[in-house]
Amino acid sequence: MTDKIDIRSANPLAAQAYQARLKKRYRAERRFRAYGLAAIMTAGMILLFLLNAIIFASLPAFSHHYMRLDVEISTDYVSAQTPQEGNYLGLVRAALREQFPDVTARRDKRALYKILSLGAADGLQKRVMAAPDLVGTRVSLDVPLSDDIDLMLKGLIDRSLPQSDRIVSDRDLVWVDKLLAEDRITRKFAFALFTNGDSREPEMAGIRGALVGSLWTLLVTLIVSFPLGVLAAIYLEEVAPKNRATALIEVNINNLAAVPSIVYGLLGLAVFINFFHLPRSAPLVGGLVLALMTLPRIIIPTRAAFAAIPPSIREAALGVGASRTQVIMHHVLPLAMPGILTGTIIGLAQAAGETAPLLMIGMMAFIVDVPGDVTAKATVLPAQIYMWANNPERAFVARTSAGIVVLLTLLLVVNAAAIYFRRRFEKRW
Amino acid sequence: MSTSFLLICLFGLGGFSYFFGRRRIGALTRAARVKQHSRDVYHGSFVALCAVGVPLIVLLAWAGLSPLLLDAMLEDFLRRQSPDLSLGEMGVAMAKVKAYFSGALPEAFTGELIRSGSAYFAELRSASNQARSVAITLLALGGLAFGLSKLAPRFTARPAVERVFNAAMMMASAIAILTTIGIVLSLIFETLRFFDKVPVMDFLFGLSWSPQIAMRADQIGGAGAFGAIPLFAGTMMITFIAMLVAVPIGLMSAIYLSEYANPRLRGIAKPGIEILAGVPTVVYGFFAALMVAPFLRDSGADIGLALSSESALAAGLVMGIMIIPFISSLSDDVINAVPQTLRDGAAALGATQSETIRQVVLPAALPGIVSAILLAISRAIGETMIVVMAAGVAANLTANPFESVTTVTVQIVMLLVGDQEFDSAKTLAAFALGLVLFLITLMLNVVALYVVNRFREQYD
Repeated sequence: MTDKIDIRSANPLAAQAYQARLKKRYRAERRFRAYGLAAIMTAGMILLFLLNAIIFASLPAFSHHYMRLDVEISTDYVSAQTPQEGNYLGLVRAALREQFPDVTARRDKRALYKILSLGAADGLQKRVMAAPDLVGTRVSLDVPLSDDIDLMLKGLIDRSLPQSDRIVSDRDLVWVDKLLAEDRITRKFAFALFTNGDSREPEMAGIRGALVGSLWTLLVTLIVSFPLGVLAAIYLEEVAPKNRATALIEVNINNLAAVPSIVYGLLGLAVFINFFHLPRSAPLVGGLVLALMTLPRIIIPTRAAFAAIPPSIREAALGVGASRTQVIMHHVLPLAMPGILTGTIIGLAQAAGETAPLLMIGMMAFIVDVPGDVTAKATVLPAQIYMWANNPERAFVARTSAGIVVLLTLLLVVNAAAIYFRRRFEKRW
Repeated sequence: MSTSFLLICLFGLGGFSYFFGRRRIGALTRAARVKQHSRDVYHGSFVALCAVGVPLIVLLAWAGLSPLLLDAMLEDFLRRQSPDLSLGEMGVAMAKVKAYFSGALPEAFTGELIRSGSAYFAELRSASNQARSVAITLLALGGLAFGLSKLAPRFTARPAVERVFNAAMMMASAIAILTTIGIVLSLIFETLRFFDKVPVMDFLFGLSWSPQIAMRADQIGGAGAFGAIPLFAGTMMITFIAMLVAVPIGLMSAIYLSEYANPRLRGIAKPGIEILAGVPTVVYGFFAALMVAPFLRDSGADIGLALSSESALAAGLVMGIMIIPFISSLSDDVINAVPQTLRDGAAALGATQSETIRQVVLPAALPGIVSAILLAISRAIGETMIVVMAAGVAANLTANPFESVTTVTVQIVMLLVGDQEFDSAKTLAAFALGLVLFLITLMLNVVALYVVNRFREQYD
């Protein structure tokens, strides 16, 4: 086996084969590094692309085109005594007819009305109800245009297409061009997005109802899951004897954290709604379902926070005569608080973005009103986004993206707060 | 008195009892001139717990159980009024009574039965509310009196309060068990009812899924077909596509971040990937349905491929993106847990860094990585919003990723969203699918745990 080898010629570092192998190995090394970098770059590009695409798509929803109209608040439509019963849309439409005296046929008039939003008169109604003495006077106000005209003005509907291929008819174009020439059309920030509830009309649809619904739901979630989660974590980490029952609970909690959220929705439907007869679509039920889902997500980081506190603290407290409960309440719990709060905030942020279980219990109903309490019918922001995403009307794409931008902003702020908490108060022992 | 008003009263009473108890024990101790067993705080808390604890539990139980009782009594009343109501009509009548009672239903849409039912319901509600107010007031005042009567300097208030605290902790931990039991029981009960209507074998091995409800009893195909194989196949295909995206990207970025990256890149990339993890799934769904799917369809059309606009590919790709941070952060943890000595040893033998990673670090981290992938698969199978928004509804049994397929979670949502009768096979099928989903994810989690425990090397 051992052949005679000439040491000089067989210097392994000088051998050609060795050099070639080394080169190959270095190439493999560089390739491997490049794969890793490419993977990170891909993930980063996807994130940037996703955020970009959604922000870009949302921009049109933040503004809307309005048309200045001089409205004669005539007593034919509204009386000063009962301003709530007035026909305000009629008023606005009459003013619009004034602008286009040559439109006389019934069908043409109806087409003309369609360039205005169905909510065109809402602002006027509010103004007159606040000050009934406006009746009989002439006011100038900006009324919202319909979503199709708005999209066209924003350049999202190509007006060079043949009429059959676009929603806005040639006649609409003529009318809008006349208004543009008269300088009656302005573009303003769409406050309706934040002040209105849901609506079938994209230009009137807002996220306020969904935001308030989300707040109620999360309030229930917080009230139920935070105390229960912290108590359970204290018990498991600090008090419970290490026996089979405790081990069972631990395995259970880890499994619950991995159960798909939609299964919690089924649980909520079967138990809260069909067994306990709690109201459907209510933040109360939504909050309870999310609380059960969030519970393991609070218990696990809370236990980690307790486990990170060195035993010397507990022993010192016990040594000066504190009871076990006092050790926990006076020393361990305050020291673990930053970790607990971070875990809770992150858990709640997850709950705030959750949609699937809430669909099961009916929290995606079409609800115009802002919910007043936890038993009122309500929807939540992610469910609102889902419903808008399903709406075929073109202008809802921008609305949906705007809803997503608001949701992501909120979650980002909340998560940043959690990270700040952790950085600011975390102690390394 | 309304629930919230009672709650506020109870909290007010709790605060009052606490401070009153504290003052009282102070006075008692001064008068008796003996050493006090527990600190004032515990005496105060004891009184407050006595005053508020029981009423709070009663209030909760009342809130949970009284609607059941009221509904049963209302149903009984309606049955007596018109004995020939069918089960479905009864449900409608109950709903109408409640809608009319809450003012949601105008009088024009009601009949004599609904109005009398509503009056009866109103009577029941007010009786229940009055009884509740009286019971809670009595219990609270009785509790307060009891608590105060126990106060004495030598009274062991601290252990008493601590016992209550311990009991509360144990109950909180039991909630976790109760949740699991609740999930399992509710799924199993409904599933068994479903299997009364549809044979198990038809469900598990049937090749056709079309859960229509019959408009008329004699309608053709009215019973619907409940063969779940197309759903399982669709779920598997989308999960597979997702894993093809997520495993290489997630694993390679975890390797790069933990082995190569300088702290600055790590400081940017890790939070960036965590942001991906924090994006709600409905956002991914929107992204898949309105951005990725049309893009794929158009670029497919350019090269002559016919892609469905609800193709499995779009849903799978975006689901893969969603899973990337999951795999990357779990793998990052296990790779970091491999001891540095192993890497140093490999380097000392002359291995390049990538050889060290491939031949030393990855094999050592393999159990953790496998378990991360299993958990990711379980996550992908249970993911709902992306597929609801981007995958199809029609159940196609196909292996072509360009076609539209449907998944278990999509069907659960489709079966349960909207108005439903709770007894139809359609609704119950959702629970059967839910049970399958629960069992599969549970199994994957258990296997993942087993892999880690069984194959992990202890290096320390």
